[in-house]
Amino acid sequence: MKVEIKVALKQGVLDPEAQAIEGALKRLGYENVEKVVRSKSFFLDIDEETEEAARAQAEKVADALLANTVIERYSVAIVTG
Amino acid sequence: MKAAVITFPGSNCDRDLAVAIERVTGHAPTKIWHKDHELPKGLDFIGVPGGFSFGDYLRSGAIAARSPIMEAVKSFVENGGYAIGICNGFQVLTEAGLLPGVLMRNDHERFVCKSVALEVATTSSAFTKEYTNEQRVDIPVAHHDGNYRCDDETLARLQGEDRVAFRYTENINGSVDNIAGILSENRRVLGMMPHPERAVEKAVFGEDGKALFTGLFAA
Repeated sequence: MKVEIKVALKQGVLDPEAQAIEGALKRLGYENVEKVVRSKSFFLDIDEETEEAARAQAEKVADALLANTVIERYSVAIVTG
Repeated sequence: MKAAVITFPGSNCDRDLAVAIERVTGHAPTKIWHKDHELPKGLDFIGVPGGFSFGDYLRSGAIAARSPIMEAVKSFVENGGYAIGICNGFQVLTEAGLLPGVLMRNDHERFVCKSVALEVATTSSAFTKEYTNEQRVDIPVAHHDGNYRCDDETLARLQGEDRVAFRYTENINGSVDNIAGILSENRRVLGMMPHPERAVEKAVFGEDGKALFTGLFAA
């Protein structure tokens, strides 16, 4: 089962890297770009038969390592096709 | 006092920390490898050094915080052992949940590498008891992810419980309340971004870091 774990900063947490990217886009002339939010995606192959089991395992993985839940939130999605 | 220093792949201040400790105690601390599962028996102090453990992959300190040795460090700390995490070591201790909050990218996005003036914010710990309150000390920093952040409730607790150990006199990285170092609830774990182990020699960055080690090891 393929899953995608998407990790991003929680709302309200300042992201200087996103701000720098936003500034660079403005300097390149993309002035109507108003906000940049970064996120990381992790794609995992998990050896489980059911979506529920794969999803549960992905959540454990995210809590154990992939996300620091003090500042980050994550979402899990089953990748099809 | 029996001391040990951990080395992770990418640690680069482990030797400096060991040398600083040896100068004060006269005994070389035991070197511990991150894949070890046990700390030496009768250990009093563990040092988690600076550097770029695991290349700062994922998040600074995140992978080192899940190293085999960290389980032993957690139970050592739970049993009242003394620990210091310096720079990357501070990041490791927060990622391991041994200290609250996180160290985020510096707000100005630049690596900062210079000697900075700190204010000693509390003398009520083994690490800071040889300083005086509000004493100004010059200690070098070298980091990209030193922007200390925590939620308002945690900040209020740190302030209320007198657990801020050091503050920057000038905010160099965006840290909330100018925080440069914090103590654990039992005041036996210190995490700080500046490098006291790099300030124990007159000719190199001065000796303002020395009192931290003399205070600790005279404890």
